[in-house]
Amino acid sequence: MTEPTMKAPRKAVRPVKWMRENLFSGWFNTVLTLGVAYLLVTSVGPLLNWFFLDANFVGSDPSACTGAGACWVFINQRLNFFIYGFYPDELQWRVNVMFLLLAVAFVPQFIERFPGRKWLGIFGIFGLPVVGYFLIPGGSFGLEAVESSKWGGLMLTLVLAYIGIIASLPIGILLALGRRSEMPIIRGISVVFIEVWRAVPLITVLFMASVMLPLFLPEGVNIEKLARALIGITLWQSAYMAEVVRGGLQAIPRGQYEAASALGLGYWRRMGLVILPQALKMVIPGIVNTFIALFKDTTLVLIIGLLDVLGTVQSTVSDPTWQNVATEGYVFVAFCFWVFCFGISRYSQKLERKLDTGHKT
Amino acid sequence: MKQQRIDAGPAGPVPWYDPRVRSLFFQAIAIALVFWGGWVLVDNTLSNMESRGISTGFGFLNKTAGFGIIMNLVPYDATMSYGRTFWVGLTNTLLVSAMGVVTATILGFIIGVARLSSNWLVARMALVYIEVIRNIPLLLQIFFWYFAVLRNLPSPRQSLDVGGILFLNNRGLYLPGPMPQEGFGIVWGGILLAIAAVVGIRIRARKRQLATGQIFPAFRVGLAILVFVPVVSFLVAGRPLEWDLPVLRGFNFGGGITIIPELAALWIALSLYTASFIAEIVRSGILSVSKGQTEASRALGLPNGLTLRLVVIPQAMRVIIPPLTSQYLNLVKNSSLATAIGYPDLVAVFMGTTLNQTGQAVEVVAITMAVYLTISLLISLFMNIYNRAVAIKER
Amino acid sequence: MGNPMTDQAYTPEKQAPTDGRAGKKPDIIRVEGMHKWYGDFHVLKDLNLTVAQGERIVICGPSGSGKSTFIRCINRLEEHQQGKIIVDDVELTDDVRQIDSVRREVGMVFQQFNLFPHLTVLENCCLSPIWVRKTPRKEAEATAMEYLERVKIPDQANKYPSQLSGGQQQRVAIARALCMKPRIMLFDEPTSALDPEMIKEVLDVMIELAGSGMTMLCVTHEMGFAKTVADRVIFMAGGEIVEQAPPHEFFSNPKEPRTQKFLEQILQH
Repeated sequence: MTEPTMKAPRKAVRPVKWMRENLFSGWFNTVLTLGVAYLLVTSVGPLLNWFFLDANFVGSDPSACTGAGACWVFINQRLNFFIYGFYPDELQWRVNVMFLLLAVAFVPQFIERFPGRKWLGIFGIFGLPVVGYFLIPGGSFGLEAVESSKWGGLMLTLVLAYIGIIASLPIGILLALGRRSEMPIIRGISVVFIEVWRAVPLITVLFMASVMLPLFLPEGVNIEKLARALIGITLWQSAYMAEVVRGGLQAIPRGQYEAASALGLGYWRRMGLVILPQALKMVIPGIVNTFIALFKDTTLVLIIGLLDVLGTVQSTVSDPTWQNVATEGYVFVAFCFWVFCFGISRYSQKLERKLDTGHKT
Repeated sequence: MKQQRIDAGPAGPVPWYDPRVRSLFFQAIAIALVFWGGWVLVDNTLSNMESRGISTGFGFLNKTAGFGIIMNLVPYDATMSYGRTFWVGLTNTLLVSAMGVVTATILGFIIGVARLSSNWLVARMALVYIEVIRNIPLLLQIFFWYFAVLRNLPSPRQSLDVGGILFLNNRGLYLPGPMPQEGFGIVWGGILLAIAAVVGIRIRARKRQLATGQIFPAFRVGLAILVFVPVVSFLVAGRPLEWDLPVLRGFNFGGGITIIPELAALWIALSLYTASFIAEIVRSGILSVSKGQTEASRALGLPNGLTLRLVVIPQAMRVIIPPLTSQYLNLVKNSSLATAIGYPDLVAVFMGTTLNQTGQAVEVVAITMAVYLTISLLISLFMNIYNRAVAIKER
Repeated sequence: MGNPMTDQAYTPEKQAPTDGRAGKKPDIIRVEGMHKWYGDFHVLKDLNLTVAQGERIVICGPSGSGKSTFIRCINRLEEHQQGKIIVDDVELTDDVRQIDSVRREVGMVFQQFNLFPHLTVLENCCLSPIWVRKTPRKEAEATAMEYLERVKIPDQANKYPSQLSGGQQQRVAIARALCMKPRIMLFDEPTSALDPEMIKEVLDVMIELAGSGMTMLCVTHEMGFAKTVADRVIFMAGGEIVEQAPPHEFFSNPKEPRTQKFLEQILQH
């Protein structure tokens, strides 16, 4: 082997070549590039001005907003309301503790080699709701009670999404098993339940929960608005969850079912010990995706009068003391949601790729 | 020696250990539970309604509604019945859904293809669009367009004015309304003629290609006919069309066609939001066609355009259509967010105002849910037919 | 080494039918000093090759030696960065019209068949004749049936590819390529993705095709095929042509150590 090692030709002019290939190949691409570039240049400047250069950041009332740009003073001033709603100031540490625990349980999930992250995750799913159940409403262990009508803001959004997903998981699993059952009646009931909930918009479900639920219950039994919304969300979400889990059950090869039967396991052992652990692991990305969808959909509760984070903002932008701060408020909420949803979706994509390669031979 | 009994089959198990008996037993329990639950709910509801003095039944649909609706496609005024409010709401829902489906599809396909563009800048922008839009709640986007953008437009007196025929203000977008005059039938005739001609040309071109192999530029010729024939017939008929221009009368505009800001905000937000999902579907559909397919097509000498048309698109569409229809269903369901900004769709009018005024919660909720259930069943029926057709073709 | 052999030495004894182009130069493919890179990776190094009309060439070599890349360059599924490739008097450049005209004359059979799953066998075969050659459909179908008969599956014409076995699919792929009446056929490991019992049916079709005087370039590990059919065997390793010789010489008396090692490994069972 005596041939000289040659370099690829034209290597020196790489950036120029890259631009010619990726931006200016042919007249159509050139026009497209120039058009998009023009739009970018003309829009980024004014946007930057509005966001930062002409914006006001410090101050304590509307008069501080003198610039032509955004009035971030507004967000600053009302931030407490946007995060905690009417939760009493001196008790907000309880909510903060929950935020902290939530972060401790789930942020490590993004870090590949974090020690014991699996246990933190399990705590997040099973332990956290218990802690929250005592901590947030109070009323026991000497904690002062806080009515649910005082909850609001980002905290309420998280409560709705979190409980919605945790409570719908077991119902969804049962429904998925029911839909794949060999008993026609069980299967029929599951199919009807799933398909009806999936067909109707969440908002009709919420209306139904807030208007009809009181009618369904025996006289004298009264449940508060938040609980009604949660029941509606959970039922609705469990139908979607069932379809996700069913996807996982279908992906388990027949041999696994047969092998479990051959070991002499009964139905529940077969499902609980062999099939579900595999299926659930496989559908984690799917569950995460439905969580993202639910998280965005929780904003709908403002229509039935609950103050989630969008609700708190919506109720303050119409406050006459602040003029024209709607955009600032929406940008703030959009940013909150975007950070959560984008982060989580990245996580689920990563997981999907990992699980994918794990299953290929 | 003991005698073997041979008259019986395998000994049956004790009933409790017989899977068939067990299965029947469980199913009986399930039915009993469902019926019991249903009975409790119905019983509670009836006694609750009785104690609140709410009558049952659908008689309320014939009573006078007595409230106004800001937009109606079917004739409506406050003297009409509650039943009529249902149709007003339903047509408004269908209108905004149809508009959304069309624009979301066009936009979604453009962005999905842009995402795969060899142009780096275009591909990046498409990615940014998708990742920003689909991670922000739809309701927030509707609010943004309605409260932050459309509501901040100038008042009617300071309308944005495009050539004196098109006005945009915080009450809506005002367009001139076409008013066909006598003789417009000729133009309709011209349009029909052009369509018939195009169909005819397509069929002839196809036949000729099959017979002689010659490819006729049916698309370009057809387009030319579609433009040319109606224009000529319009001129021949003496331009029988007048425009009903919007005019400022007092505090607001009159005449022409109005797109109210509620409709516009909902339409824009639904289109942009759904487009971001459709774009991802289109992208993954195109990517699902393996590289070997395009290579084989190129190796057969088919140029790029034909490869796309004959090999890539037919295969990609099979992957695209099922999730695409479920996006359409989502769009129809999401149109119910109209109620948050006051666009009079089915939920806002019927489940909102009508329910509040009549108190007939059970009936109204049942009717509304039945509508969505019907739409969803129709869509899944279509999906099943489509899937079966594709399955037959491939198997 | 790596000297291109002069082609006269290996011109096949029985001259190919000349289909009306008898006066033309007998060289149908010329590759001169061709290099290819993937990024910084030098895949093909200074390849030189001349193929006479009607010649049947088998290219072999260890995996990763660049043999597939090489024949994919001949109909420009891969582009080369340096040197010349001239196919049927047309040089392959960036010009789309030239590439298309070369692809019309060069048929290709892939390892993974690459039949179009949404079209029937017959439609697969007619697609390109109808749209590229502008043949009337009746005629295209008649030709397609002729070739399907030649590959011995006329009865499957109206089935979809997914209904056929691997061997049948590969035979359809050969028929599909032949329907364009190409002057050259490229085979990229046509039997590698097949179950053992199906290899023979595909090889039989290829042997029959070789007997008809088609110019063939074949990347394959089927040494039996090479022995019976090839006019010349080319051994590639590390992106270079290491050795080329007529099959009897190549198998009985390999000159290069790398060739000897490769043959030892492949022929030991």
